[in-house]
Amino acid sequence: DKIRALDPMLKKRDDFEDMLEERRNSSDLRYALRCYTPVLYKGLAPCKASMLKSMVLQSDQLHHVIGQVSRETGRAADDVQEEASAILEEMAHCLQLSTVRFFAFTLSKVFKTLFRSICVNEEGIQRLQQAIQEHPVVLLPSHRSYMDFLLMSYILYTYDIALPVIAAGMDFMGMKFVGEMLRMSGAFFIRRSFGGDKLYWSVFSEYVKTMLKNGFAPVEFFLEGTRSRTSKSLTPKLGLLNIVMDPYLKGEVYDINVVPVSISYERILEEALYAREMLGVPKPKESTSGLFKARKVLSEDYGSIHVYFGQPVSVRSLAQGRVNRCQFNLVPRHIPRRPSEEIQSFVNDSAYRLVRAQEENMVLKPWVLLASLLLQNHHQDQTAGQKRGMVLEELTAQAVWLRDMFREYGAFLHWPVVLLDICVGGQVKPGEPHSTVTPEEELLSQAVIVLSCASYRNQGLHVFLRPALLASAINAASSNLKQEVFNSFSFLRNMFSNEFILCPGATVQDFEEACYLLVKTGALQVTQQELLVTERGQRTVAFLTSMLDPFLQGYQVVCRFLCEEATENLTEKQFVPAVRKFIIKHLLAGRLRYTEVLSSDLQKNSLAALLRLGAVQKIKGRIKLSKVTYSSVFLLRTCVNLTYNC
Amino acid sequence: ECVEWEVTDGGGSEIMKWNGWGYSDSKFLFNKKGQAEFTGKRYRLSGMIIPGLKDWMEGTFGANLQHKTPATPLLTSSAVQPATLNKAFLEELKSTGIPFSHDAEDRVFRAHGHCLHEIFALREGKFGRVPDMVVWPNCHNDVVKIVELACKHNVCVIPYGGGTSVSSALECPPEETRSIVSLDTSQMNRILWIDEKNLTAHVEAGIVGQDLERLLNESGYCTGHEPDSMEFSSLGGWVATRASGMKKNIYGNIEDLVIHIRMVTPRGVIEKSCQGPRMSTGPDIHHFIMGSEGTLGVVTEVTMKIRPMPEYQKYGSVVFPNFEQGVACLREVAKQRCAPASIRLMDNEQFKFGHALKPQVSSIFTSFLDGLKTFYITKFKGFDPNRLCVATLLFEGDREKVLQHEKQVYDIAAKFGGLAAGEDNGQRGYMLTFVIAYLRDLGMDYYVIGESFETSVPWDRVLDICRNVKARIIQECKDKGVQFPPLSTCRVTQTYDTGACVYFYFAFNYRGLSDPVHVYEQVEHAAREEILANGGSLSHHHGVGKLRKEWMRDTVSNVGVGMLKSVKDYVDPDNIFGNRNLL
Repeated sequence: DKIRALDPMLKKRDDFEDMLEERRNSSDLRYALRCYTPVLYKGLAPCKASMLKSMVLQSDQLHHVIGQVSRETGRAADDVQEEASAILEEMAHCLQLSTVRFFAFTLSKVFKTLFRSICVNEEGIQRLQQAIQEHPVVLLPSHRSYMDFLLMSYILYTYDIALPVIAAGMDFMGMKFVGEMLRMSGAFFIRRSFGGDKLYWSVFSEYVKTMLKNGFAPVEFFLEGTRSRTSKSLTPKLGLLNIVMDPYLKGEVYDINVVPVSISYERILEEALYAREMLGVPKPKESTSGLFKARKVLSEDYGSIHVYFGQPVSVRSLAQGRVNRCQFNLVPRHIPRRPSEEIQSFVNDSAYRLVRAQEENMVLKPWVLLASLLLQNHHQDQTAGQKRGMVLEELTAQAVWLRDMFREYGAFLHWPVVLLDICVGGQVKPGEPHSTVTPEEELLSQAVIVLSCASYRNQGLHVFLRPALLASAINAASSNLKQEVFNSFSFLRNMFSNEFILCPGATVQDFEEACYLLVKTGALQVTQQELLVTERGQRTVAFLTSMLDPFLQGYQVVCRFLCEEATENLTEKQFVPAVRKFIIKHLLAGRLRYTEVLSSDLQKNSLAALLRLGAVQKIKGRIKLSKVTYSSVFLLRTCVNLTYNC
Repeated sequence: ECVEWEVTDGGGSEIMKWNGWGYSDSKFLFNKKGQAEFTGKRYRLSGMIIPGLKDWMEGTFGANLQHKTPATPLLTSSAVQPATLNKAFLEELKSTGIPFSHDAEDRVFRAHGHCLHEIFALREGKFGRVPDMVVWPNCHNDVVKIVELACKHNVCVIPYGGGTSVSSALECPPEETRSIVSLDTSQMNRILWIDEKNLTAHVEAGIVGQDLERLLNESGYCTGHEPDSMEFSSLGGWVATRASGMKKNIYGNIEDLVIHIRMVTPRGVIEKSCQGPRMSTGPDIHHFIMGSEGTLGVVTEVTMKIRPMPEYQKYGSVVFPNFEQGVACLREVAKQRCAPASIRLMDNEQFKFGHALKPQVSSIFTSFLDGLKTFYITKFKGFDPNRLCVATLLFEGDREKVLQHEKQVYDIAAKFGGLAAGEDNGQRGYMLTFVIAYLRDLGMDYYVIGESFETSVPWDRVLDICRNVKARIIQECKDKGVQFPPLSTCRVTQTYDTGACVYFYFAFNYRGLSDPVHVYEQVEHAAREEILANGGSLSHHHGVGKLRKEWMRDTVSNVGVGMLKSVKDYVDPDNIFGNRNLL
């Protein structure tokens, strides 16, 4: 069983069906108007969207909080009640089948233009259908594109599954008409931040819980909170997960099924936008006119989409032996309380587990491999001061080598049967920037390409993450002693836990998993005391190490920036522009190898890591090196330098 | 009223079954025509055909009349462990003249309660550790003598009342190496006096519920304490387990009824010096005794409150469209503090079960009426037969007040969609209480095993606990490889200001399982965990015994356990009362 847990190769996965195929062969109108009779939750008390609102407003929890707010602020309870009602009005969805049908029709047209295929694992759909009948369901799709939730609803409509209600960011509300359309297709809107607003939190959590408990509809939200601009999974946000798990923990439902959904795009619609955004070109505010301007994307080919509905995860079984539900026995359940430490850590671990489940079922296309190889090659060229790219045969040979490695590590690869025929002869390398004026501009437009390329590579990072951390740790450690390697593994892992999906507290498991995989593939020998890289493992270890190198350099450069250039008054807002300026300077001077470190995502993550590790402190919105822990920065730099010396 | 009272004599193993519930002459069986029938003459259902039972058993459990699992018919004495006798104790006991026995049958009869695993083992003719002898003290002083001798000779004493325990409380600890004496209180069954001025009666603790009620009734009084086991359970047992009676809404539970207790312990006799109705004299020592489950001593005499017999009794029933509405109604009734003597709410499965136990109707007219009722409720009122549930009611008091009270309750019920469904349904509901235990024996003849267990829970948790525990039972059965869907049902049997008592019934067809009792125990264990996780108590009135003691520490905290332990250590330092219940 332990082997099964460690060995991703042993995971079984379903086959895909292309759902667009039928759309290409039959009438979209008939499809949009067909009889839609989804299977419902067995315990469903039928209720309309409007009834939901009054259930929320009359709930014990909200009643309690309204009283509390009224006492605290001296406002009349009716007044607060009205505010609650207004919040709910602003938030609530009004799911209507007619709008869904409209979308079904339009999206059919759009999808057929944009995508070659939309592949769905139908067994997953069947499992979902079963799960919906048994217990309330939470859908957790990965988030790479605005497309995600429309796509989800589209798929569920197609397969006659209950349509979800979707937690969406308030930004959509800005798009007047579209916002309302989305609302009618099941989206409900939440403010991005409402930290201390008790009333808002209360209305929001009660609204979500009411829908979930009554089995009104599956509740859908994005664990990652926002679209990942880098194609790496983001550190999960816990707020909503806390809310949806609450009814189980408090015994209000027998169980909740959580279904991770992995949506893999061959090419993300927002691809170029993301790269620009990370380089400092701000993203355009969502607006309806912007949407129309964006219609030119319709003329491009975005390849195929793979949507994998994962195994439903029972919250009950997740919590088994982890949470003592008796903790709710002594205080009325409707009085909101901070979750106990036990529950916080449970929700946190579950969140990581679920994001990993999303990652595991992400479908990887050959591009991911090619992008990884090309990027590594590009960096080598850069160091050597050449611009030669790769010969196609060499690239092919390496890709085949890498493919086998991906497979051995359990990646979900979609490898075409017919070998690539993209380029005939010649050399392949990341594209050339167009002619530009200043060297800085040239650098930036080069960076757009590199970052786009990196976002392809990143799709596959999770497959190698643990072995790559181990490989880097072996390089960084001063000896082959197991304990030393573990220490440096643990250090790197800790440092990168804002960057990658690494569950806090699972260092030992991750280390074991990494060792297992490297030993299994013959790259590593583990003795009682030592870890030794084998002859044939050299290539693997070199590849793995250079996968992490850009990240290491990114963290290093942020540290250097903070040590050398950060002024007393550096605010959080100024951090990214300042560090960017610093990096551009060094890149232009040829002192940095990786253009990728220009990514603001990387910079923010390293700052977050430094804050978490206590190397840096935030005092009154200003970033300061902590004097006490100056040593930890030193440690970080040492480690980074060590890695480099190898 | 539904039971033909009869004094059960102490040794009564001819009158009582040795390997099942109740009287030997009363049992369910399938007659030659394949129809279910209840034998004997004691109960209202006795001698009647129950046409729906066979279909219900087949439909609910997938049971089959062809697949029988009969019990071992006779008790083979050779299968019983030979008695370990303490000679010195025996010699001195003989000189007191107190009757005793070490006959195998007498010992086996007192070695068990009515937990599923206990009865299952008996039916298979398997006996574990049993008491080495049985003594029958005749009065308080006899008990004092026996306990003194037990202390002197280091003999383990296990008090035995009616033997209706469902907590493994009567099981002899297998690790006990001393001679075990079962102290049977059945001969101490007299009402010593009745005080009509203060409305109290002083009663020996071995008296069985139905005898106590019958004897008091002769003087125009009653205690009103009617646990479902009252035909067989004893006053001493009620005190030792903190029992609860069906009509507690009027009369109170045992702790409300008891005025004075006399208990013999290894340290001597414990009792209060007066009978004041309430005292502020430190923690109430009665509360060390009540619920002590035979770990501290033997309750010998009890002074209880008595009441004049009620002038008028009326049954009733209400049908609700669903369980949620039913619970909401009970909650409202409790809120208004107008609960009748008894109010119980069965869920849909239990309603169907009750329906299956309807005896054959004698006249076409009644069956026509029944049909009409069903039509009215399901078709005209639109109740879903798979969701509706029924509450049974019992009103007591003077006629006018009862009728007034009845109206008040029905008015509340109507607000929750409840429809009055007649006296007959109500009465049958309560009658079933007494025969349901017999039904388990029938199930066990056909591969079906089951049991009930209870809890108490705050009002806001009632629906959640019912749903979750029932679902947990079903899931656990599935996970443990039970081949047929189990019966998993519940009812709310008592209401309080702040919560309710909930009973779960759980049974399944064990064909295809190699160790059905173990599976049963695992499921019950899981169900109890679920109860606790949903804010339910470890027990409302069955007690802890040995079955539930693993949860005691979590239930009463470390300090709580320490308190109880220190009392035990003081009162019984040598663990003479060594049944090892509770702690």
